[in-house]
Amino acid sequence: MKLWDIAHARTGDKGNISNISLIAYEARDYELIREKVTAESVKEWFGPQIKGAVQRFEIPQLNALNFVMYEALAGGVTRSTALDKHGKTLGAYLLEMPIE
Amino acid sequence: MKKIRIGSGAGYAGDRLKPALDLIEKGDLDYICFEGLAERTIALAQQAKKVNPDLGYNELLLYRMEKVLPLAHRHRTKVITNMGAANPVAACREIAKLATSLGLQDLKIAAVTGDDCTAIISDYWDSPILETGDPLGTLAERIVSANAYLGSEGIVEALKNGADIVVTGRVADPSLFLAPMLFEFGWDDTQLDKMGTGTLVGHLLECAGQVTGGYFADPGKKEVPDLWNLGFPYVEIAENGEGYISKLTAAGGMVTPATCTEQLLYEIHDPKHYITPDCVADFSKVTFIQSAKDQVRFAGATAQAATSTFKVSVGYSDGFIGEGEISYGGANCYQRALLAQQVVEKRLAQFPHRFSDLRTELIGVNALLERPLGAAEPNEVRLRVAAKTTLREHALLLANEVETLYTNGPAGGGGASKKVSEVLAIASILIPKSAIRINIQYLNV
Repeated sequence: MKLWDIAHARTGDKGNISNISLIAYEARDYELIREKVTAESVKEWFGPQIKGAVQRFEIPQLNALNFVMYEALAGGVTRSTALDKHGKTLGAYLLEMPIE
Repeated sequence: MKKIRIGSGAGYAGDRLKPALDLIEKGDLDYICFEGLAERTIALAQQAKKVNPDLGYNELLLYRMEKVLPLAHRHRTKVITNMGAANPVAACREIAKLATSLGLQDLKIAAVTGDDCTAIISDYWDSPILETGDPLGTLAERIVSANAYLGSEGIVEALKNGADIVVTGRVADPSLFLAPMLFEFGWDDTQLDKMGTGTLVGHLLECAGQVTGGYFADPGKKEVPDLWNLGFPYVEIAENGEGYISKLTAAGGMVTPATCTEQLLYEIHDPKHYITPDCVADFSKVTFIQSAKDQVRFAGATAQAATSTFKVSVGYSDGFIGEGEISYGGANCYQRALLAQQVVEKRLAQFPHRFSDLRTELIGVNALLERPLGAAEPNEVRLRVAAKTTLREHALLLANEVETLYTNGPAGGGGASKKVSEVLAIASILIPKSAIRINIQYLNV
């Protein structure tokens, strides 16, 4: 199973900071993602993409986690040479993370 | 109890227009807000204004208003927009001319200014840049614009003075939507639950279709009905802060707790501390309940008092980006693309000047996410090369070096393209609110 099976995500950007919300479709899966998808595991999953720290916020009544990833956008939308300068596609890569 | 309806007419400058027109016509709206001013757009607009003092407002503003004004006038819907960009006063003048030519009467149009702080920016050379920590003065020679994110204050005053159309420059996105609630309900900044709720409404609406099923669909997992006909959202809210978000029944898309939750957390860091010029909103206890099809009730927002500073976006010249691309397809295309990549890298290394932030990547393999190349064998793959330069001509040389792969690279390269863009980057600082004076000018038609 991967995260995509039990959760959805949306990516946003502010400067060089990317944030990804991770939302369990069912309340019963929230504890699982809260336990397994930590700031550390997200930082490791994205590897060289994220140069800075990862912070996680919990919004349990919405079955949601919010990951804030610093230095993740090669300088940010106004100055990056990347193809996806906003990093809009990053959330879908998070959903590829295996979870059991 | 008094209730109002606020619609969202645009989530960014180039957004679709038809959903906004449908909302005005059939949504029984009191207000419609058009958000159309991205972070660096205003810096570009400032440059346009420098060349011609009558320009500097959003280039699609009059295209929109030509369709919006007659409908809004007929349905008594007030219009609020930040598409005045660097020149709300000129924008109002043009809107007034347009209204007259459309035969509309009894319209009061307001221009809210005061966000432009280019003239006082040199007072803040010691202020740390929020993104890097360096003093702002390190960019002194390269600065082209500075605009503060204003709150709802100027718009509220314009509404109090009877404005039907309010045009602003840089205003925080949620503040465009919060303003009519403050005006209609007489809420003030001591009512923190109301400030938080109004900011929540603004945040949910500010990206238009992103809360009605846009930026959401994922076939087989998140099905969105009639995405092609995606409608825009509106909120109905009562004086006590209770309300719901919905869309027109006939429009495509959907409004569910899932679409609302994605938008709630969009571009938010700590949900307890979402800083706007009007308050520090706390969305950490927000709940969404599906109260009818495509209708979601929201509750639980609150806020802390506003900070004493405005965030200022400082636009500065940051050189140029040169980009070149070329595609390979069919038998062994991946290996040919990798060879093309090595060839360009070696040729670029021969140049005497430096290319910074150089990226050579394969679209379809590793362009969106930095990661090691796998043993892929795609049907087609596109080499992309991009870097920053100080001079425009160096950016062009880089872009050209990819195009030369046609006759100087591996077999069968096709569809080459090249592009050079000027980089107008943004740095942010905080300045005391007392340094800004908001002005409002009115025109009557």
